[in-house]
Amino acid sequence: MAKKIRILLAKPGLDGHDRGAKVLARCFRDAGFEVIYTGCHNTPEQIVNAAIQEDVDMVGLSCLSGAHTYLYPEVVQQLKDRGVTDIPVVGGGIIPDRDMQPLYDAGLKAIFTPGATLDSIVEWINTNIAAKE
Amino acid sequence: MLFTQELLDQSSLLRKKWEDEVKRVVSKNPDQKADWSTVSDLGIKRIYGPEDIGGMDFEKDIAYPGQFPFLRGCQATGYRGKYWTFRMFSGMGTAVTTNERWHYLLNNGQTGLSTAFDFPTLMGYDTDSPKAKGECGKCGVAIDTIEDFFDLTKGIPLGKVSTSMTINPPATILWAMYCATADIQGIPLTQLSGTIQNDMLKEFIAQKTLMCPPEPSVKLISDTIEFGTKYVPKWNTVSISGYHIREAGATAVQELAFTLRDGMEYVEDVIRRKGLPVDSFAPRLSFFFNSHIDFFEEIAKMRAARRIWSRGMRERYGSTDERSWWMRFHTQTAGCSLTAQQPYNNVVRTATEALAAVLGGTASLHTNSLDEVLCLPSDHAVQIALRTQQIIAEETGVCNTIDPLAGSYFVEALTNEMEEQAWDYIHKIDELGGMVAAIEKGFPQLEISDAAYKFQRQIDAAEKIMIGVNKYNVENEEVDIPLVEIDETVEQEQLQRLAAVKRNRDSKRVKECLEDIKKACEKGENVMPYCIEAVKARASVQEICDVYREVYGEYRDPGIY
Repeated sequence: MAKKIRILLAKPGLDGHDRGAKVLARCFRDAGFEVIYTGCHNTPEQIVNAAIQEDVDMVGLSCLSGAHTYLYPEVVQQLKDRGVTDIPVVGGGIIPDRDMQPLYDAGLKAIFTPGATLDSIVEWINTNIAAKE
Repeated sequence: MLFTQELLDQSSLLRKKWEDEVKRVVSKNPDQKADWSTVSDLGIKRIYGPEDIGGMDFEKDIAYPGQFPFLRGCQATGYRGKYWTFRMFSGMGTAVTTNERWHYLLNNGQTGLSTAFDFPTLMGYDTDSPKAKGECGKCGVAIDTIEDFFDLTKGIPLGKVSTSMTINPPATILWAMYCATADIQGIPLTQLSGTIQNDMLKEFIAQKTLMCPPEPSVKLISDTIEFGTKYVPKWNTVSISGYHIREAGATAVQELAFTLRDGMEYVEDVIRRKGLPVDSFAPRLSFFFNSHIDFFEEIAKMRAARRIWSRGMRERYGSTDERSWWMRFHTQTAGCSLTAQQPYNNVVRTATEALAAVLGGTASLHTNSLDEVLCLPSDHAVQIALRTQQIIAEETGVCNTIDPLAGSYFVEALTNEMEEQAWDYIHKIDELGGMVAAIEKGFPQLEISDAAYKFQRQIDAAEKIMIGVNKYNVENEEVDIPLVEIDETVEQEQLQRLAAVKRNRDSKRVKECLEDIKKACEKGENVMPYCIEAVKARASVQEICDVYREVYGEYRDPGIY
């Protein structure tokens, strides 16, 4: 049997709007991925530690407080600082157009905004993320 | 019985004829779709008639406004005496910026204030905490010490305007700042009116601004209820909130049931822990509901809420003061019903939801701005939202008569059905050992998460419609509304302010005050008087919260899904 894709879902920062993250956690589970959801209020450092410890194939970030401009790039940077180059980071939330390019420039692999269907996100993962051997 | 047997027989005969006609028409022209249900998936019949509400008792179940069971409103005159309070939730950047917005709103005819705090303040961290980095002023106003509070309330007559503060874990501290500011200005506490949200149970269930575990969190709330009862009698010390429960994905019935059961949990705790008689404090309990997009479901929910509360207070807690039976509530239109796509459509959604809240008999209302799904609201967007309320109040004529939908076969039947389903949930939570126990078992969290997931699937499959999201979409839409941005200088400014306060205060006095709060926590004493002293001495929000965290422990979101 093929190895399952392992995904860390995390909410960085102080934001508590976790509806989206939890809906995705269920969706990913139903799609046959292994999901680790760490709940609200994680620091970038905690997220990076969990990603390394759990040896995940992807990190998904959700933040709706407006602090994504600081928090998402911070997670990418701290992964780099720890020498991790094989865990892509994707983000979701209400991301204004003006923030999109800076986030991609900071190293985010994909950004999903309102209107993205669950199936379209699953499809993106199946196309772009492979389970580590 | 609402109807005579003769009328029911007549109705049954006519109904049979109508049903035959429906069958004939549908066989030729089928309905557009098979499923007709509310946004919460409550099935709705094609028609309602006398037989759907024939079992109701007029005196016991309906009556008049100001009469038990308060289905039709808590007071006799409805909106003729006074419209609901136009209360727009606002807060952004620094205290000075928010104070400017407050004056702008008051000058535009707003009648009460409502404060949004930024995330560090909401979670009990100061701007200089590493956890606060990147968040300062983003989702509301940053308050670190009473010095910020002075700026926030500058030029606001605290003894006259009622102020609501959406604050939960650090509610004791922000309320202490309000009381201390009034005290310094020579305004007696007995004149202060307003609300602190101060409802931690719904934080564990839904909103997730968290600090200490459920049990000590409820203790701090009981402290404020006790302090308010004795010294600040016009203050609503808790706003028991369904809003966030609904936004997290709950159905209307779940919102109704979990909110009311939360309220009952606080009542039980104050009686048990503080030994206060129910009628000494229950009149100051207030509520806060969401008004979602399904028009009649929302109206029925609000009407049912009043009836459940009055019945519960009388039957479960033996309350004899009718003021304790009144469910007074604030309403906010549903943020989660708004769309980032084609954002001007949000004005229509908000207007519809606001109208439902008014027909449901709300005491106070916030209408969302069209841009709130994208950013903090601009002045112009806020003005449209406020004008929406003013148009409903002063142009549409809906305030002419009280509870105009009473007696509608449909609305009464839906109200009854929602009440019944809510009681089922309430009894289930009783069986689990109460709301704290239910939360520890993850019960309400999982119920909501089931509902949220189901709804998202329905949206993706276009079984439920959101215009602009899964129907009538515009390809490559460009959002052409101005987006308010809080720039990074706000954080720098606030850091400097906080550093200056910390430099200039008497740090020995601060230490003593914090020590006093610690002792009060350890002894189970009421913390409020000590908090007032501490904030006067310029102790910060985080310094006091750190004491709570030290004594009571810190709660981590278990991430139940």
